[in-house]
Amino acid sequence: MLDVIGVGSVEDLFAHLPEAVRLKQPLDLPAGISEYEVVEYFSARAAENATGYSCFLGAGAYNHFRPVLVDTVVSRGEFLTSYTPYQAEISQGTLTTIFEFQTMICQLTGMDVANASMYDGSTAMAEAAMMAVRATGRGRVLVARSVHPEYRAVLRTYSENQGMPVEEFGYVAEAGTIDLEDLDRKMDDLTAAVIVQSPNFFGIVDQLPAAAEIAHGRGALLIVVFTEAVSLGILRPSAEADIVAGELQSFAIAPSYGGPYAGVIATRDKYVRQMPGRLVGQTVDTRGNRAFCLTLATREQHIRREKATSNICTNQALLALMASVFMTVYGKQGLRELAEQNLAKAHYLSGQLRPRFCGKFFNEFVVKAAGRTPDEINKALLKKKIIGGLPLGRFYPELADSMLLCATEMSRRPDMDVVAEAFQ
Amino acid sequence: MTPRVQPHISLHEPLLFERSSPGKVAYQLPDLDVPAVNAGEALGTENVRKEIEGFPEVSEVEALRHYTRLSTWNYAIDYGMYPLGSCTMKYNPRVNEVVARLDGLSWAHPYQPEALAQGSMEIMARLEAALAEITGMDAVTLQPAAGAQGELTAILMMRALLAKRGNPRKKILIPDSAHGTNPASAHIAGYAVENIQSSETGVLDVGALERIVDEDVAALMVTNPNTLGVFEENILRAADILHAKGALLYMDGANMNALMGIARPGDFGVDALHLNLHKTFSTPHGGGGPGAGPVAVKKVLEPFLPLPRLKRSGKKWAYDYKRKYSVGRVRAFYGNFGVLVRALAYILANGGPGLRKVTTDAVLNANYVRKRLEPFYDLPYSSPSMHEVVFSDERQAKQGVHTGDIAKRLIDYGFHPYTVSFPLIVHGALMIEPTETETKHELDRFTDAMISIAKEVETDPQMVKNAPYGTRTSRVDEVAAARKPVLRWKPA
Repeated sequence: MLDVIGVGSVEDLFAHLPEAVRLKQPLDLPAGISEYEVVEYFSARAAENATGYSCFLGAGAYNHFRPVLVDTVVSRGEFLTSYTPYQAEISQGTLTTIFEFQTMICQLTGMDVANASMYDGSTAMAEAAMMAVRATGRGRVLVARSVHPEYRAVLRTYSENQGMPVEEFGYVAEAGTIDLEDLDRKMDDLTAAVIVQSPNFFGIVDQLPAAAEIAHGRGALLIVVFTEAVSLGILRPSAEADIVAGELQSFAIAPSYGGPYAGVIATRDKYVRQMPGRLVGQTVDTRGNRAFCLTLATREQHIRREKATSNICTNQALLALMASVFMTVYGKQGLRELAEQNLAKAHYLSGQLRPRFCGKFFNEFVVKAAGRTPDEINKALLKKKIIGGLPLGRFYPELADSMLLCATEMSRRPDMDVVAEAFQ
Repeated sequence: MTPRVQPHISLHEPLLFERSSPGKVAYQLPDLDVPAVNAGEALGTENVRKEIEGFPEVSEVEALRHYTRLSTWNYAIDYGMYPLGSCTMKYNPRVNEVVARLDGLSWAHPYQPEALAQGSMEIMARLEAALAEITGMDAVTLQPAAGAQGELTAILMMRALLAKRGNPRKKILIPDSAHGTNPASAHIAGYAVENIQSSETGVLDVGALERIVDEDVAALMVTNPNTLGVFEENILRAADILHAKGALLYMDGANMNALMGIARPGDFGVDALHLNLHKTFSTPHGGGGPGAGPVAVKKVLEPFLPLPRLKRSGKKWAYDYKRKYSVGRVRAFYGNFGVLVRALAYILANGGPGLRKVTTDAVLNANYVRKRLEPFYDLPYSSPSMHEVVFSDERQAKQGVHTGDIAKRLIDYGFHPYTVSFPLIVHGALMIEPTETETKHELDRFTDAMISIAKEVETDPQMVKNAPYGTRTSRVDEVAAARKPVLRWKPA
């Protein structure tokens, strides 16, 4: 190869680099190791994490069983080692699965159109807010305090320099649902969007119709956020939402210490040109056969540069495929039954405790640690190989005496009994 | 009447929804070990949905066959060379997939107690240190989800630093050869974008830069090597010009596979850069993601890194949430941890010398392709190539054949096309990145195919314009797709 190129050594290929930029010594990294040693290293790190615990944490990342077909499908090299389907003729596999994904997200959310995925739920929510700003020509965003605190933090980061002031409105102390009076008071004609999560961060099914009435009454859009996608198996999708932004981790994406996950945005037809992210559309090939391709790219950064709807390029295609396989495996009947099991488990656990809020909840609820701190209860549970709930003081100082517990189809009854006992 | 016979069934796989029939299931759930709950009572009847209309109903084997058949409609690295310039489509060791799926890592909950997450935190800390060493920078955040988010994170940090110094400034300078994400990210960070024209040799025009940089310029975003695959030889001078005016130098590190062990951005004046872990540091591209876009910075930008930061607390790792100047969060939790695991696995497997070899092999392969194709395709910039080479279709365009046509014909030869029509500064660009993992044998097959196509263009241009011929799907009508968008399936 060197002869063909006409150089004496590989080093000659770098001879044109200015002397001053060249690294004078080798990288200070150890020599390479074998495959066996790589597995050994990561197995040792995995063992330093929690193993063999049952876990009652939710709060945006949920423990759901991952059907075996999911990894069987995503491990196929054709899906795993291809890239963004720019060349439609040899990417119909990926394109077709994305088209099916978009369809299933529409069926679940009741929206007209869904994109091919966003990084995660938190960035999907921030992008949805920016989308509402473009659609309405207004700048201000109102977000409920019962939206995931880290999602709100991301929204603040994104909004900071865009002339997009973000204000929060509260929740009702008894019910844990949004404070409609507070929302109404803070609403004005400059508001582009009202953001409400349901089930909200406290697990409670929130008052979407009432929120929609207030938002729409002043010409703002309603953005509905979800973090627990399994709830869509049983909860009626919001008929009033203008944009839905959510996280699909619950659909067979491993918790994986926080990522990679898959976010998604769905909306009404009329807002599709304001939507960020990739979209797959149906068309035909020259032989007249049905085919799919990336479409409406004039929204995207590689065409529109600084005028694009978003800077997103690489998204979460393989994770969206996991979610697709999950939706296929569970299907119409299974997703309902899965949601019912989650509901039953969480209500079995809550039945032995006193939930702090009286609002209706799906598979998470807040409970007060009477007489002790949440940390003390969790410490006692850890001795029994149980990871308890999320202490809420870090995010809500007024709830420092409480924790958020989550039960899923993977929560075993004996473990739930141990959790309940710890509160006695 | 003879029944109609169809070719292999995978050619005719319907959509899931067309395959569904009522009552079919592919799932299994255990029996409930707690009493069932009435959904209407628990949730309020007004909140309970009826069935999910149109949702799939298939059996397990049908589900498996559906996706398996669809998969065969894709080309992939596992089949052959995928020289998509700027995307670094290389073979990624499969061991990475195994370690990312270890139970203790893949089932780690982001809120599990720090004492029970030390393994995850150690992996992240070790990766931060390795990336700092490879780039010559002082600190690294692993939080950004992909390259574009890394760009945004870094520009937000620069903005915060400049604001603290008294003036966030107004514009970001971006060469006309840059990725589209650069201007889009700068815009979200609240900056106006000013393009600068590249010089005649395809690199940064430092004369122009010197004239433009003033007190309104916050930073220059430069890709190095740039999208022509050319090392920005004046990078040190550019850094001096910017720094003299109080502006900063940002580097898009998408092409870091051309520099590892050879040169470090931290040593040539860069203040911040992002890395695409899914490119240089090997996560399979998965049909469009996931990625990860860590940002490496110099000391001066460290106070502004996103929250939380890893810190040492005695013999343990802990999170530091109390940092006054942080730009905040750019995504929930700590980043795309599963991608971080794969990147560290890659770095450990290669080691320092191995990473240098990755770079020298990538540059060797690109130069081999360049030399073999130069007699047949126009090379608009003759500057030395690093990890990729950009030709133009100037010669073929005379026969009415354009880069997109050549790309489609390449499919018939069994290869994924190169990147078409990018960078924008080359009219009719063919952007070829072979990567370090291709063998000479594969490079010869690829270049032979390209040479053969160049000859076909001379003898039968129309044939090339109608390619591909050997694919299940022929050229698709992208115009029709955009004119009347059909973005979801609906029952007939």
